[in-house]
Amino acid sequence: MKRTYGALLGACATVAFASAAYAETITIATVNNGDMIRMQGLTDDFTAKTGHEVEWVTLEENVLRQRVTTDISTKGGAFDIMTIGMYETPIWGANGWLVPLDDLSEEYDVDDILPAMAGGLSHDGTLYAAPFYGESSMIMYRTDLMEKAGLEMPEAPTWSFIREAAAAMTDRENDINGICLRGKAGWGEGGAFITAMSNSFGARWFDMDWNAQFDTQPWKDTLEFYVGMMNESGPAGYATNGFNENLSLFQQGKCGMWIDATVAASFVTNPNDSTVADSVGFALAPDTGLGKRSNWLWAWALAIPAGSQKEDAAKQFIEWATSKDYIELVAENEGWANVPPGARTSLYENPNYMEVPFAQMTLDSILSADPNNSTVEESPYVGVQFAAIPEFAGIATEVSQEFSAVYAGQQSIDEALEKAQAITNDAMEAAGYR
Amino acid sequence: MARAVTTNRKIINTAVAWGIGLLVFFPILWTILTSFKTEAQAIADPPIFLGFDWTLENYAVVMERSDYGKYLWNSIVIAGGSTILGIIIAVPAAWSMAFVPSKKTKDILLWMLSTKMLPAVGVLYPIYLLFIKMGILDSKIGLVIVLMLINLPIIVWMLYTYFKEIPGEILEAARMDGASLKEEVIYILTPMAIPGIASTLLLNVILAWNEAFWTLNLTAAKAAPLTAFIASYSSPEGLFYAKLSAASTMAIAPILILGWFSQKQLVSGLTFGAVK
Amino acid sequence: MATQHSRSAARLMMAPAVILLLGWMLVPLTMTLYFSFKKYLPMRGGDLGWVGFENYIRFVTSSSFWPSVVTTLTIVGGVLLITVVLGIFLAILLNQPMWGQGIVRILVIAPFFVMPTVSALVWKNMFMDPNYGLLSYLWEFFGAQPVEWLSKASMTSIITIVSWQWLPFATLILLTAIQSLDSEQLEAAEMDGASAPKRFAYITLPHLGRAITVVILIQTIFLLSIFAEIFVTTGGAFGTKTLSYLIFQRVLESQNVGLGSAGGVYAIILANIVAIFLMRIVGKNLDA
Repeated sequence: MKRTYGALLGACATVAFASAAYAETITIATVNNGDMIRMQGLTDDFTAKTGHEVEWVTLEENVLRQRVTTDISTKGGAFDIMTIGMYETPIWGANGWLVPLDDLSEEYDVDDILPAMAGGLSHDGTLYAAPFYGESSMIMYRTDLMEKAGLEMPEAPTWSFIREAAAAMTDRENDINGICLRGKAGWGEGGAFITAMSNSFGARWFDMDWNAQFDTQPWKDTLEFYVGMMNESGPAGYATNGFNENLSLFQQGKCGMWIDATVAASFVTNPNDSTVADSVGFALAPDTGLGKRSNWLWAWALAIPAGSQKEDAAKQFIEWATSKDYIELVAENEGWANVPPGARTSLYENPNYMEVPFAQMTLDSILSADPNNSTVEESPYVGVQFAAIPEFAGIATEVSQEFSAVYAGQQSIDEALEKAQAITNDAMEAAGYR
Repeated sequence: MARAVTTNRKIINTAVAWGIGLLVFFPILWTILTSFKTEAQAIADPPIFLGFDWTLENYAVVMERSDYGKYLWNSIVIAGGSTILGIIIAVPAAWSMAFVPSKKTKDILLWMLSTKMLPAVGVLYPIYLLFIKMGILDSKIGLVIVLMLINLPIIVWMLYTYFKEIPGEILEAARMDGASLKEEVIYILTPMAIPGIASTLLLNVILAWNEAFWTLNLTAAKAAPLTAFIASYSSPEGLFYAKLSAASTMAIAPILILGWFSQKQLVSGLTFGAVK
Repeated sequence: MATQHSRSAARLMMAPAVILLLGWMLVPLTMTLYFSFKKYLPMRGGDLGWVGFENYIRFVTSSSFWPSVVTTLTIVGGVLLITVVLGIFLAILLNQPMWGQGIVRILVIAPFFVMPTVSALVWKNMFMDPNYGLLSYLWEFFGAQPVEWLSKASMTSIITIVSWQWLPFATLILLTAIQSLDSEQLEAAEMDGASAPKRFAYITLPHLGRAITVVILIQTIFLLSIFAEIFVTTGGAFGTKTLSYLIFQRVLESQNVGLGSAGGVYAIILANIVAIFLMRIVGKNLDA
């Protein structure tokens, strides 16, 4: 009561007071990525429109996952909105842990959400989280270095071209590495990259009976290709490089090519942060001619835990943060290149946005990833760079640690694959799949 | 002749000690310096030590992005509260162990220490569920209780070792004069043990301030202390060394300053009964 | 001196601390034991029934188990060795006459005030990063190939970081102890022609015995459960997975509370083995 009164006074002092009578304070857990931090900075707009206050819990990605997973599985109720990804949403939705987002307002225009994103954030056709931004992965390369190497990047290159180009662009004297890729352990870091890459080599995590497939040739091919290429043309210590490390390497002009999240495009082309902003080109992630490319699909999305006492206010926030108006608001304040990408179809119909150099390639990349059909051979799971089953995060983190040990030269590819096979089968057995 | 030798030795001692001291302190110094650089200067090759354009920009960014005052206040309340509560509970226990020892005293003491060996991650779910049931999730009082329990064995042990050094005759004399147990503890024992209590207080404030598992996992927006504040700067997208340094400096500065001002207390009091 | 009355009063005074700690130990312990015999998967509907010793067997037979025990003991042992040896050296040094003793002391104890998360972040990013870290500049400056610390020298790196954090504690306790050493005794020994190493071995070191015991005991308790340093730096990769990190992976990353709880019971057993081992030394050295 007291709080409502206070908020009412506050609201009178500013603008709206019609909605202030319902004013609540909602707690939102989110990840410390640039787009989310921008959203925090714009919270006042939401408060002015609805009267609700927002308290932010901004955490680094790994800590965030740990925090929200504990809270949701114990029904702790510490958060009214959680920022989660395409991996968690279908699993939590299936468990009935999230509030279905099936009654969003007319003006929100839920059909405008890119089908690939809406699909990945739904369970049984019901949307459980609204995408704040979506991404695939693509090649970002230095046009100047490519020219210097006497090569031309095709729109849709193959892995063998990439390897060749990487070797040609490498210039150790001047600290230029032909290619920078993620090698850091963790299912969402190097694990995501190598899984997406393995798709293009014809590998898969599980066969239709949930048997691990690390004893198959495609996995061996993938790792041999990756390690061979990185040793030829990659940066020192790539075994610990994740998204951030590679981003700063690229921004400092130390990478010829970088295959990573499409959202990185706005960072590497931002002249405030990047020393190479005006010479960056984009291309689709490579393939090997087997019919699958090595790009992933991901969205950071906002979801409401079931049982939240502040469901209405939380829904209002989600509608605000993932709306077309929000995109306009960011464009006004920060320019079109900085709006959260990859969530809405209308954004890619906006001529202002399509002038941004990476807009088309981002859309093409997103459209070429299909979570329901990501592997060459048939697989029982949904997801491109992950399998949307609860056990995956744990298994894939351990497996990627074995891979990182290969990258650091601590074990052979065969040893790592053997361990990966054992770890995966063991965990799947523990979970009752096999 | 003898004097020359001592002076020489003093010079060598001074040089070596300062060298080591600066080496040990260097990571902190570097963090503080980096916090005043721009992001580009923070990763400059070769590294810049002092000749950069000093800027407060990182601090401004951090202050704008997060409510530092709130985190700081939570840290103070949680670290201070848990320590004081712990001392209130530990003083009587340590007293009875020191002055009315029994065969089991030593076992009890060691058992208390052994409770600290329970791996925190293993009991996260049980404790989390318990906190939900008790309605103290994301509350300062919940963290005060947990951190008090975590540090209680150390507090009891430290106080016990101080109390043991107080000669029993003094207490006996007081008892002869008709002092009650309560009076004995409050008017005689506690004043005599002030230095010990002070260093116990300090050590436990430091331990509680730096505790990063429970403080991070049992809080959300309301009770989050500086450990959670750091978790939002640890590895964001893009260049972040300078901002991370600014946030780190802000998180450790209060306790560093407290530690420095009271280092005499800490040095003289931190014995754990190691000195006869 | 202890009358019946004061005995019962003493028991009463001890009660709050004992009861609280008993609760703090028993409640989680009971729950851990309970979960460890269950198939408990929060992501698959929670409690899926009793499974006997299956979790215990699965945890031990996992290829990560023994390496994690070895890693845990290596880190504890390595850090203890470094902090005790350097601590004794620093304590002796800081006890010598010099200019600016107070300031040096402040510099040396400073790392103790830094939160583990912060120190891990600072070391990882600003010192051990293979591209921007200060150490790699230093190596390059001397014409050496920079070391990829956290991947190729992962254990050395973690032991370094943790030792840096705990060296001040060891130094402080040892310094306090050394200050109580009778300097006349040392001078007399010097007069008698005892060499410096001999004086150290026969007078200083025995005097420090209790203090070393205390350092080992307290540090072991804290080191057995280090977590933040590994979580921040390597995430358990490159052979740095300690037992408590393995439990974290089972409970939080794999969302298998039953399996993790069984791991927790093993960790308690390991801690107790170490504890019994310690008590033997402590019992001799620390007549409490």
